[in-house]
Amino acid sequence: MRVLVIEDDQETATFLRRALKESGHVAEYAGDGQTGLELARANAYDVLIVDRMLPKRDGLAVIGTLRAEEIRTPALILSALGEVDDRVKGLRAGGDDYLTKPYAFSELLARIEALARRTSPEEGSTRFVVGDLVLDRLTHKVTRAGEAIMLQPREFRLLEYLMKHAGQVVTRTMLLENVWDYHFDPQTNVIDVHISRLRSKIDKNFGNPLLHTVRGAGYSIRDSAH
Amino acid sequence: MTALTKLFRTTTFRLSLTYLALFSAAAILAIAYIYWNTTVLLSRQLNQTIDAELKGLAEQYRAGGLEQLVRIVAERSQTPGNSLYLVANSEGHRLAGNLSAVAPDLWNSLGPVEFYYRRPAAAGVERRLAFANVFRLPSGYRLIVGRDIEDRRELASMVRSAMLWGLGVMALFGIGGGYWVSRKLLARIDTLAATTRTIMAGDLAGRLPVTGSGDELDRLSDSLNLMLARIEQLMAGLREVSDNIAHDLKTPLNRLRNRVEAALREPYGEPVYREALERTIEEADGLIKTFNALLSIARIEAGAGGQNRELLDVSALLCDVAELYEPVAEERGLMLKAEANGPVFVRADRQLLGQAIANLIDNAIKYGTAEGADGTGAKPEVEVTATEKGGVAEIVVTDRGPGVPVSDRERVLDRFVRLEASRSEPGSGLGLSLVAAVARLHGGSLRLEDNAPGLRVVLALPSGSGATMNGVTAREQARAETRSA
Repeated sequence: MRVLVIEDDQETATFLRRALKESGHVAEYAGDGQTGLELARANAYDVLIVDRMLPKRDGLAVIGTLRAEEIRTPALILSALGEVDDRVKGLRAGGDDYLTKPYAFSELLARIEALARRTSPEEGSTRFVVGDLVLDRLTHKVTRAGEAIMLQPREFRLLEYLMKHAGQVVTRTMLLENVWDYHFDPQTNVIDVHISRLRSKIDKNFGNPLLHTVRGAGYSIRDSAH
Repeated sequence: MTALTKLFRTTTFRLSLTYLALFSAAAILAIAYIYWNTTVLLSRQLNQTIDAELKGLAEQYRAGGLEQLVRIVAERSQTPGNSLYLVANSEGHRLAGNLSAVAPDLWNSLGPVEFYYRRPAAAGVERRLAFANVFRLPSGYRLIVGRDIEDRRELASMVRSAMLWGLGVMALFGIGGGYWVSRKLLARIDTLAATTRTIMAGDLAGRLPVTGSGDELDRLSDSLNLMLARIEQLMAGLREVSDNIAHDLKTPLNRLRNRVEAALREPYGEPVYREALERTIEEADGLIKTFNALLSIARIEAGAGGQNRELLDVSALLCDVAELYEPVAEERGLMLKAEANGPVFVRADRQLLGQAIANLIDNAIKYGTAEGADGTGAKPEVEVTATEKGGVAEIVVTDRGPGVPVSDRERVLDRFVRLEASRSEPGSGLGLSLVAAVARLHGGSLRLEDNAPGLRVVLALPSGSGATMNGVTAREQARAETRSA
């Protein structure tokens, strides 16, 4: 994945580039809004990571300009402003996701990987398959090894989101935001309990577990047997 | 600015001057009116008397000729009084009467006229004012009948000067009084200003002086003193919050630092380092959470988050959040029951209200488990309901835990306040503060009540059922939805 980091803080930028490289991505860097805009115009990136407050041209303006020029590269906004109002403003300006500083790198990584996947053809498919687990988005039916699994509506949406991002790490916050549409901290680890319920339905009676916990990051659904 | 110009600029002084001017104008008008009316009346009376007398004398002349007229005039001139007479030939030669020399121009005029004449007095001759009517007899003789009006003129001039003096004295008193009153008032205002400045300089305990007279300045001072008390209270609150922040953020920071230091002290090797770093990240995450919660509360209290308000059904939101927490409750051996009694609409920020409800349910689950079980073996219940009554939407969360003692019910809404009994549970002590802040932002309130046993938390918000949604009231829309369902 080719990522452009537009961030004015040198140390943060260096850390991000190194960490992205270690995760197997190619990271390029721009220290101000103007350079960032020019780079994003000239090259085809999979994802942009844009700091909100930048010298010369602020982050939202960079994204706004790109969108006006029909450049639709997914963009993740990084900001110290974390209130709902700021989030809404960021997404309205053309950002695809919003992450508040300070953040865990695992959260950032999971989010940009999810963003890059957005543009892939799987996004619109009506059937998700992971190993012998099949989810049909039209009939709302889930089967494992041909056996029907009964899920509550919310469990279905949870599994749907996980399977849409099969093979990727999905964080608790991403689940809370995308499955429940809550943008606050629920204090208790409510998501973990939902996951363990879901796990008991799709994994318990089958030999090969598909829903994995990724330590310090979140969850991932994948067929590790292959 | 000199003291005098400062004084002249005061409202009191200007008001006094304006009042004085208006009052003087009214007084002058009234007196002038009376004076003028009296003069006119007296002149008219005099005129009539003289006319009547002239007519009578003319009769005598017609009846008895010049001799009779001269005789009668001479006779009347002997009578002492104010009456003036003169009969003279065309050359101005006096035939009879008590008027001696008369100016020739008077001689030639006809009708009523005012003039000065000379009259012998104790000390020589005095000049007096007279009013007379000149009548021309057929033979060229003149008959003048008049009255001495010198006394009247003197009286009039006395009245005029008295009036001027009166006005002068009044103006003097007015300006002096205005000056005095303004000085008094200015002195009090200066005291107030000086006190205010010392308070601004940092003496928050200072208060404005109140004389006890209950006048408008006292009332103003009272209000300002109340305001100062409120500011002092807020500042104390702020100080408390910063003390709390210092304590509740520094303690974990210190813990974090100690742990890293301990790990670095000896060459323990990778597994120990790794564990220390992981614990450090955990600790940092906890700090970030606390920090975020504090910032949220501060922003909500400053009135932020009001822009995303929408008309929403609290019942639905309540069930939604309850669904999120239901597995956690079950894991803890609790029954989480969300009861929807039809839609209850409020105008609110969905995320903020959602978080408030989440905090309440989270608390109920954390603290509702304890020894509150009633011994019947049934699972302790956490119940959440939304009802609407008289324009107030009430979100009620009840549990069967130990509850909160009456004396602590106010206190637990403050930041970082955690009761001893709850220390074992993880938490920042900010949950209820945030709920209270959200309630205030939406014009509502948060109360804690006894659920006997357990705690009953009521989040009351003004209901939005009267508000319109695309021109249709929420209630109507809800009805339409029920019908179609």
